[in-house]
Amino acid sequence: MESWRKFKQVFWAVGIPPTFWLVLFFLVPLALIWLFSFGEKQGVVGIDITWTLDNYIRVFNPDILKIFWKSLGVAGLATIICLFVGLPVALGIVYAPNKYKGLLLLLIMLPFWTNLLIRTYALIAVLRQRGFLNFTLEWFDQKMRFLFDLVGLGGLGAAVLGEQFQALELLYNDKAVILGLVYVHLPFMILPLYAALERLDRSYLEASLDLGAGHLRTIWNVVVPLALPGIVSGIIITFIPALGSFLTPDLLGGPDSAMIANIIERQFKSANDWPFGSALSFLLMYITFGALALRAIMARNSKDGI
Amino acid sequence: MTDTRKTIIGINGITKRFGSDVIAVDNVSIDIKEGEFFALLGPSGCGKTTLLRMIAGFEMPSEGQLLVDGQDMEGVSPNKRPVNMVFQSYAVFPHMSVADNVAYGLKMEGVASKEIAGRVEEALGLVQLPGYGARMPDQLSGGQRQRVALARALVKRPKVVLLDEPLSALDAKLREAMQLELRNLQASVGITFVMVTHDQDEALSMADRVAVMQSGCVRQLAAPRDLYEYPTSRFVADFIGKMNLFQAQVKSCGGGEVSVSVEGIGDLRLPHEGEASGEIGIAVRPEKTTVSPDKPTDTECVALEGTVLQVAYHGDENHVHLKTDGGLTLSVTLPNHERTLVAPAKPGDRRWISWRQKDTLVLAD
Repeated sequence: MESWRKFKQVFWAVGIPPTFWLVLFFLVPLALIWLFSFGEKQGVVGIDITWTLDNYIRVFNPDILKIFWKSLGVAGLATIICLFVGLPVALGIVYAPNKYKGLLLLLIMLPFWTNLLIRTYALIAVLRQRGFLNFTLEWFDQKMRFLFDLVGLGGLGAAVLGEQFQALELLYNDKAVILGLVYVHLPFMILPLYAALERLDRSYLEASLDLGAGHLRTIWNVVVPLALPGIVSGIIITFIPALGSFLTPDLLGGPDSAMIANIIERQFKSANDWPFGSALSFLLMYITFGALALRAIMARNSKDGI
Repeated sequence: MTDTRKTIIGINGITKRFGSDVIAVDNVSIDIKEGEFFALLGPSGCGKTTLLRMIAGFEMPSEGQLLVDGQDMEGVSPNKRPVNMVFQSYAVFPHMSVADNVAYGLKMEGVASKEIAGRVEEALGLVQLPGYGARMPDQLSGGQRQRVALARALVKRPKVVLLDEPLSALDAKLREAMQLELRNLQASVGITFVMVTHDQDEALSMADRVAVMQSGCVRQLAAPRDLYEYPTSRFVADFIGKMNLFQAQVKSCGGGEVSVSVEGIGDLRLPHEGEASGEIGIAVRPEKTTVSPDKPTDTECVALEGTVLQVAYHGDENHVHLKTDGGLTLSVTLPNHERTLVAPAKPGDRRWISWRQKDTLVLAD
């Protein structure tokens, strides 16, 4: 790629505006936040950069650590669910007839065209106590009771189904947060998996079947190892935004479902403690860097291996 | 000549359609015998690979019945069939060592791990790769990878080994060596081999019997010598080897003879069993013909006078292209039996082309 040397003017004309943009609106603010993380609050709005490590030390408060661990757990669980749901979906699209592939991929990406907030409220409308899911369950409940009454076993019906229909409590707890994270991040998992599986030579799968392996063993023995770079990409691309989400736990979670991003948001807003918020943000970034480094190492190993 | 051997693969009236209008395999019936080396030969798109994939279980027949060792294969998935395939791309798992690749099928069968090690080493010995077990596929050459794929199929001791264009990815020298080796291997293990190929040389030199396919149909099923010397159709005559083909008009037919009139040659009486009428094909192989400066005296010969157009030198033989005074273009193959630097003819020479009448082929189809 030496061609840019030949067309220097083109290179600078195309290269400078995005570089300028990135520096001004991404790197400079990021550097400011990094500086703030070594600062001390001074009055209401002032921050003195005193190079103190206090803000980082404050993270090792058990309450904050608990939320950190919980965030890692919630994001990790959501990522694993995404993987187990996404792998069959990606395989399904790869093996769908060619004419439907584009449509299926479009359906996977369709949610991106709707605002996250609206999607989350839609999920609330489905899950809340007087939501669509509970309405549907109630309808089935009524029909079942009616059937029991019809055959004269009303007493048995009541014994099986309870005295009356109890709406399920589906919202405002950790399960709702995980469900919401899975719902929001599933496309991030499916697309890299699809890309990896699409490249996979089908004769490997056929060879595995031919040698006597069933479909599940073929997926485990052949598809997963050969698609591993795609799986790792999917995990990282899903895990990083899931770890940093604050809207989903805010809207779907209960009072103790806050994730680390909610704590960060609180520092910048209601708590008005920018230095501490900055330190928390950077800890999150270091975890992200760690994950990306892990992927780079795996990519290098797989290049050496294959 | 009735074959008393057991039928190991019975293909009974199998048709395969893709969508509503594409017929890949059209009502094919073949009995493949136990222990034979069988080749499916044809140009690309003739349905030979689809047929092989149906035997393996990767495609389902639209119509017809497939029997393997007397068992109906309908609804039997690939992993439950007593056949194993060597893929065109070999499909040697890149993340497993050679030994793990070969052991894969045995592990899936649930063979005891003690037995596996012995059988893997035995299979690697069969394909001339003893001691290669610990290597990874990326450390192997193409030919070695193919041997691993072969060992992986053989180690399962299947009833049938299916080979999809097994030699197409190898260079010419290696291909010839592998032809011999595969043939010997098949003879020594005694397992039925079914090979798909588009290379007629491969099919003729390796197989016991060859089915020539065209547009989903079997045009001729015969032993290699029968196929080459007695093709029954213009397609097979032209597809297998080189051929001089002429149009002829049937004048009369019967009594084991056919009398035809060939434009540019004249009237010929040729031995022919069966029916023939209207327009048919008359053919002769280039190596069955010869050229001479004078008219041959043998009355059993067909002799035509013509002008040499071109002489192509191939080292072991010369291909002489001529145009007869009757307007036919022929090619004659002259082997170089002796060391010589002199060409047998040069463009513009007048020559007599001749061949024995009994070497002439009648292609009624």
